[in-house]
Amino acid sequence: MAILLFLSQTLRIAIPYLLAAAGGVVTERAGLIGLTLEGYMLGGAFCAALGSYYGHSAWLGLLAGVLGGVLLGLIYGVSAIRFRADQVVVGIAINLLAIGLTRFFLRLAFGSSSNSPRVPGFGGEQAGTGFGALATNPMIWFGIFAIPAVGWMLYRTPFGLRLRAVGEHPAAATSVGIPVARVRYFAAILSGALAGLGGVYLTLDQHQFTDQMTAGRGFIALAATIFGRWDPSRVGLACLLFAAAEALQIQLQGAQVVPSQFVEMIPYVLTIVALAGVVGRAVPPAALGKVPE
Amino acid sequence: MTTTSPDLARGADGATAPPRRTARSTASLQLREAVLPSLVALLVAAIVGDVLIVVFGQSPGAVYRLLLEGTWGNSYGFGQVLYKATTLTFTGLSIAFALRAGLFNIGAESQLAAGGFAAALVGLALPAGLPWIVMLPVYLAAAAAGGGIVGGVAGELKSRFGAHEVITTIMLNFIVLALLSYLTSAHLKVPETLHTSEIHSGALPRLADFIAAFHGSAANVDIVIAAFACGATWWYLFRTRRGFELRAVGLQPEAAEYGGVRPGRVWTRAMTISGAIAGLGGLNFVLGYKHYYEEGFAGGAGFLGIAVALVGGMHPLGVALAALLFATISQGGLAVNALVPKQFVEVLQAVVIIAVAVSVPEVRRLLRTQRRTD
Amino acid sequence: MTPSETAAIRLTDIYKQFGPVLANRGASLQVARGEIHALVGENGAGKSTLMRVLSGMYTPDSGRMEVADGSGVLRDITGWNTADAIRAGVGMVHQHFMLIPTLSVAENLMLGAELTKGGPLRMLDRARAVEEVGTLSERTGLRVNASQLVSQLSVGEAQRVEILKALYRGARILILDEPTAVLSPPEVAELWQVLRQMRERGETIVLITHKLDEVMSISDTVTVMRHGRTISRLRTADTTPQEIAREMVGRDVMLAGELRRDATAGEESWAVASSGEATPTAAQVSLGERTFPLPALELREVTVASARHAEAVRDVSFIVSPGEILGIAGVEGNGQTELIEAIAGLRHVRSGTVLLDHHDITNASVRARGDAGLSHIPEDRHLRGLVLDYTIADNLILGQQHRFARGGFFNSLDGERIAENARRQITAFDIRPNDPALPARALSGGNQQKIVVAREMGRDFRVLLAAQPTRGVDVGAIEFIHAQLREARAAGKAILLVSADLSEILALSDRIAVMYGGRFAVVMARREASEEVLGPYMTGAGRAA
Repeated sequence: MAILLFLSQTLRIAIPYLLAAAGGVVTERAGLIGLTLEGYMLGGAFCAALGSYYGHSAWLGLLAGVLGGVLLGLIYGVSAIRFRADQVVVGIAINLLAIGLTRFFLRLAFGSSSNSPRVPGFGGEQAGTGFGALATNPMIWFGIFAIPAVGWMLYRTPFGLRLRAVGEHPAAATSVGIPVARVRYFAAILSGALAGLGGVYLTLDQHQFTDQMTAGRGFIALAATIFGRWDPSRVGLACLLFAAAEALQIQLQGAQVVPSQFVEMIPYVLTIVALAGVVGRAVPPAALGKVPE
Repeated sequence: MTTTSPDLARGADGATAPPRRTARSTASLQLREAVLPSLVALLVAAIVGDVLIVVFGQSPGAVYRLLLEGTWGNSYGFGQVLYKATTLTFTGLSIAFALRAGLFNIGAESQLAAGGFAAALVGLALPAGLPWIVMLPVYLAAAAAGGGIVGGVAGELKSRFGAHEVITTIMLNFIVLALLSYLTSAHLKVPETLHTSEIHSGALPRLADFIAAFHGSAANVDIVIAAFACGATWWYLFRTRRGFELRAVGLQPEAAEYGGVRPGRVWTRAMTISGAIAGLGGLNFVLGYKHYYEEGFAGGAGFLGIAVALVGGMHPLGVALAALLFATISQGGLAVNALVPKQFVEVLQAVVIIAVAVSVPEVRRLLRTQRRTD
Repeated sequence: MTPSETAAIRLTDIYKQFGPVLANRGASLQVARGEIHALVGENGAGKSTLMRVLSGMYTPDSGRMEVADGSGVLRDITGWNTADAIRAGVGMVHQHFMLIPTLSVAENLMLGAELTKGGPLRMLDRARAVEEVGTLSERTGLRVNASQLVSQLSVGEAQRVEILKALYRGARILILDEPTAVLSPPEVAELWQVLRQMRERGETIVLITHKLDEVMSISDTVTVMRHGRTISRLRTADTTPQEIAREMVGRDVMLAGELRRDATAGEESWAVASSGEATPTAAQVSLGERTFPLPALELREVTVASARHAEAVRDVSFIVSPGEILGIAGVEGNGQTELIEAIAGLRHVRSGTVLLDHHDITNASVRARGDAGLSHIPEDRHLRGLVLDYTIADNLILGQQHRFARGGFFNSLDGERIAENARRQITAFDIRPNDPALPARALSGGNQQKIVVAREMGRDFRVLLAAQPTRGVDVGAIEFIHAQLREARAAGKAILLVSADLSEILALSDRIAVMYGGRFAVVMARREASEEVLGPYMTGAGRAA
């Protein structure tokens, strides 16, 4: 039974990674750097708490959370596309903005500087960890289907073809009449929605929002995107790999085999290894980070 | 920032004669291009600040007055501003230095922590009671080494494998901080706390020791070291041969390569120095304030350093001024906490960064179209 | 145009400005239906810009654009975008391919006009796209493998895909921008066949080129542009390369590369081009008889790779003696760039040896080569030759900065010596404006090039690599630079000159080599050379040496 527990725990841990990394693939394949995933997630998590609490419904929380992510995605999109601001700088700033805004409105709306009150989530009040409880949670299904959906979009639809073209060679896309800016805006918004959804999961699962609750998950999702070489199936596997390592560490906590901090490091070390080309070179989309005139 | 690609005025040669240009008018144009975005950014931030204050039901006038009183209006507050500005000067300088080489060092947070940690290790190993003046070079070396190693790893990854420094420094942030956390909690910390035991050797004296008015504030002698670091960085960048080569790599790597410079070497060197500068910032807390290493003491100064470097126009003097500004805002947040949550300054800081990033290309575009019509 | 011809394209008074550069000033164009129309002019005449305006990539600042619709009636389409242009049947094949390397040929072709299946789901129908590409390929004779990734295609194949892309979208008007720049002669012949077939089907073709032999062999009508303006429109059958060349340049050009003459006065006046000294042939003879003991520069079977070709330079061997100029002629893209970069130390040499005064510098660093006496005027001054944001004074020490450092631990730069060096060079080479604190960006092209020349030639050197030394430079500066090169030769320096401008090669060189396909097709003494003699070697028709 420990194996089943391990698997279900892996899945639970992987959901936010899968959602945010799906957003990461969308944004980076379109040429927009995905440093903002962390910010989108945090914004989505907080808005989910707002929506769920005041709307008395987990679904309203979900909607609010997606909107929160979308809003941040728009800010990023306008800065990077319309104003051609440096994407790294704005990306970091959006994360800081998310932290600041969530803290500010946490005080304003809930009068606390550390957490929101308890909010309704999916799947009842008790936190079940078995597969049965998981299956009834719609967020789990969103998480499972996010990556395959993005993969299908990228490789099977006209829009996906255009998105990939825009991320590789925007001038060529323009020369055949593709509205590059519009495609990128859409990518930013979709990415915000997906990563925001990852934050929604966190809040609704824990039934509250806590200050900085994303704790770097957005960066792990970015690491998965890079480690998976921007290919949806590989990125999905990377997310599962990182989640499995975390789940394993939790299981072995008592045994103190490896200190938790070292398990924390795994996704980041693996990403550096991928970038260094030790196991084959990770080549990003050619136009990543560059915006044409 | 992204390396400026040289504009190619290709096309009809001699179709338009370039306007008569003097060194003075070009220098003033460059100054305008550097300063305007920061001013615009601050204006935008002020407006956003007003909005947030009003949303919370207060009057902007009252809040800003309280902010000024709490920072520059009294000597304790001003001391705190100086203390925070010291750390920000180091991180801002570190990032500005790397930017000059065309590199984006997002790892100042972990480099700062690593520097402070290395200094703490040295301090714990030393016998008690040694005078700070004697110990200072040792501490400086340790802090610089701690930060420099972290920066150097990222630099080497870029020069050898072409791994983008933005991603590697972010990853290293997590790795290094996790490693330091492990070392502290497993081996070094005082039980029930998150910090190491106290260093009894060579702590930096507080400014209060010299100027009674600063009593109670954390401002310490490290601020002098920060000023010195600004001067040294300026001199390195603009007066030495290596600085000449570094800036060339940052502006136009192809031309630098043509000029006999090896970009890979410069990148490694620049990231190492950048990391070392950030590491030096760790002394402010570890030696000047608390006299021990504490997990999380960096407190976001590494990321705020990005704002400082940008608003400061990547120039050591600008960085120092910008550090004062952001330290004022930061300390001011504490001062007005009764009226408005101090978190609103965090929002302001993020808004400033976005505003600067957005203004730079916009200002450049506007100024260059204006130049065409003279 | 005769009344019986119908116009397919009519552009009137087009103005287009980019920053300080006025690329098109009142340019006009009239192309008849079903003809092959050549648009010619020198580099920078504004041909590409005008066609990009036509194809919708740029919006003109002023002027009128008309294109014939399906029934042959001219419609005003001023200011349209690429999507409109494509819908109207105007397709452009660019000089630098607009293809996505990571996508297949079929995917590139259907980009923007994707084929779908599956009703509401709208999924990509790759199979049908491959099929359609195959059919089109058959019909036009442009052979491609529709499923292949573009990154795996050769240059000629990639160009075929570009043309197919335009035809796939129903282009009846096809614009080709310097299409033969990257093609070998058999590929060029193939292309001509395709174009003739299109003309037979009643489609219209505009060919941008600066190669007069192409103009004569394929086009029906020629429009000449100069400095952003349209100068004249000629029927190919009624004109000669001579006349076209004169229109392009605005003065008499003797194709055998002798003295130039001032042809027009007024605001377009070009300075008198004669150097006033003995004719090149006279100087030739006296040099040609001397023999030199040691080559200053020697290459032995040097092979260099590039991103595109495994052997961009193949087994090249030659020497350059002190006091001579060896000129390398040839169409750009035949390995000249890689050759110079390899000698300068900016590109790795795969095999072979490079010797400077008998010192093996094959693997030496750029700095070591400079210290050994190698100077290099790079072909792209904006990218390589100058740090545009650095001052004139700083640019004058680029590559030499270690000589201006005080040494020791602090190794600071000696400001006084740098300033003195700047003053000296600015005066000697007449750089204007003459303020050493100005950023290089602020200077005109000619003066920027003078900075590079001053730096590379104003110091102690033994061998000079001069790549396109007068590209994009006004006539006054051209004369100055040519005089500098002649002086250096007289002083016993060895100079390797690479230029796409054949008249420059003919005016300066003692010996001339033609580079084609990575090899030296021929090497001959100046007195044996002329454009007629060298031409065939440049296009691959001559025998390899």
